[in-house]
Amino acid sequence: MVENMRLSAEIYKKIDNFCLDIKIESNAKRIGILGASGSGKSMTLRSIAGIENPDKGHIEIDGDVLYDSSKRIDLKPQKRNVGYMFQNYALFPTMTVLQNVLCGLKGSKEENLEKAMAMISRMGINGLENRLPGELSGGQQQRVALARIMVYNPRVILLDEPFSALDIYLRDKMQREMFELLEDYKGQTLMVSHSRDELYRFSEEIFVVGNGNIIQSGNTDSIFNHPINVAIAKLTGCKNFAKIKVIDPHKIKIPGWGVTLDLTKEIPQDTTWIGYRAHMFEPVWGDKTTNCVKVRLVAKDELPFETNLYFAPEDGDKANKVDDICWFIQGEMRKTIEQKGMPDYLKISEEKILLLKE
Amino acid sequence: MESITEFLKGLDWSPLYISLKTGIAATIVSFFLGIYAARKVIKMSTRAKSIVDGILTLPMVLPPTVAGFFLLLIFSRRRPIGIFLNDTFNIQVVQTWLGCVIAATVIAFPLMYRNARAAFEQIDANLVHAGRTLGMSEFAIFWKIVIPTAGPGIASGTILTFARAMGEYGATSMLAGNIPGKTGTVSQSIAMVTESGDYVTAGFWVAIVLLLAFLAVFTINMITGKHMKIVKRW
Repeated sequence: MVENMRLSAEIYKKIDNFCLDIKIESNAKRIGILGASGSGKSMTLRSIAGIENPDKGHIEIDGDVLYDSSKRIDLKPQKRNVGYMFQNYALFPTMTVLQNVLCGLKGSKEENLEKAMAMISRMGINGLENRLPGELSGGQQQRVALARIMVYNPRVILLDEPFSALDIYLRDKMQREMFELLEDYKGQTLMVSHSRDELYRFSEEIFVVGNGNIIQSGNTDSIFNHPINVAIAKLTGCKNFAKIKVIDPHKIKIPGWGVTLDLTKEIPQDTTWIGYRAHMFEPVWGDKTTNCVKVRLVAKDELPFETNLYFAPEDGDKANKVDDICWFIQGEMRKTIEQKGMPDYLKISEEKILLLKE
Repeated sequence: MESITEFLKGLDWSPLYISLKTGIAATIVSFFLGIYAARKVIKMSTRAKSIVDGILTLPMVLPPTVAGFFLLLIFSRRRPIGIFLNDTFNIQVVQTWLGCVIAATVIAFPLMYRNARAAFEQIDANLVHAGRTLGMSEFAIFWKIVIPTAGPGIASGTILTFARAMGEYGATSMLAGNIPGKTGTVSQSIAMVTESGDYVTAGFWVAIVLLLAFLAVFTINMITGKHMKIVKRW
């Protein structure tokens, strides 16, 4: 957290049957917006930059109002000084790298050139100044886009799905590098993505958007460890969901999995679902222990470093048909399973359970 | 050999000058009007777009004589606009070189407009958005980003417009007539000398027109081809 740094955006916009109605307020340095495609997350970013016009709302950065419908303030994008990185980088195709970086700068030519060259070398793309964007690789293009934004010294940087155009091989590397390059940037950065890994790595605070609304917000750990509902848990990568009945504050029944769990912690009365991450099961062979689901293997996906196993719960209530239970295993566990065969039961550990609402 | 020199010496070169002058003037006017119209039309709603686009494209699909007829209706010195232009500004359109330019512009304009529009529509809107968020003025965005990116389309539009304007016949003959040395363009000369049986002169002008037309298309191909190398699209 940095003092005097505060992004606040209240945006309302109706388009056909879709209604964006969100409120974001944060003084975190790196803010993430997580949402499925079509949830309104890009629209939010575009509204902050002034590319899209909200119907009403209020947008403020560090106390400066960029947009306020009730006060009829609506700064042009040119006056907002917001750095926007587009999904496809939107580099100007007929301009060289240097011209791209120079294009937003005002003031004396020599100074601008010096600034641009300094930024280009900071981004590690020196030697490419006179190339055209079409001649660069995806990773290089992204650095040019970042240089073009940073040289302009914006008061906030907006990243719109910045890694989706890169192939997987480059993605991890570019993520690490970009987050490093952003380290010495003084202002706030807001990143929109549908990738939980990206956002988990990047964000201090996350806003989860669903169907045009903020459905949960908080620091990154709390979002990933305590998602409040099924939709959010899904976005954070949770694979297994089941409807439950709370029997008493320490006992829940999962009819679909045919198991009743005894828990030491107290379960809120309004819990209707549980989520359980695919890596968190423990295998049990032979005799049943507590909090175990009897399972039968139905499908298997071998990946280079991981095996995805899909099980049907044997004792599950047939009327309450549920999705297969996913158990993803790696390394040692793969070897163990190879030697001992498929487990008879999957054990659920209490502290890994996500207690959810519909 | 001598007879060729003789022929070229005796030839009235005015049709070539008149055609070139007309073509250049009509191209300059169409260039700016076409780009302006293309930009306006793109921003319109779908319905307004279809109507306005229809009107702007009409001169291209109508027989030029029909366009010429309407132009006569408008600019005739016995009609309100013609009277107004004549009395207030002392401008005459019918049977003048200005008439040549107006006829050629009206007929050739849709080529510029449609090419510019197609080129603009292919531009990624995010390029313009990026320019805005980077603080570039709308003027700079248009001339530094939009026009260069739309370059090949604009260039081929311009050349086609020039070629079409230079060769205009139907509307020109109705509005400006064929006054040798004044409104007698190459295409009108070809018609006239052919009618009088002078196939040598007609053939000469035909060869000139063929050469210019081929040069125009060749230049377009060179420009767009070169550009495709620089800007990798797909």
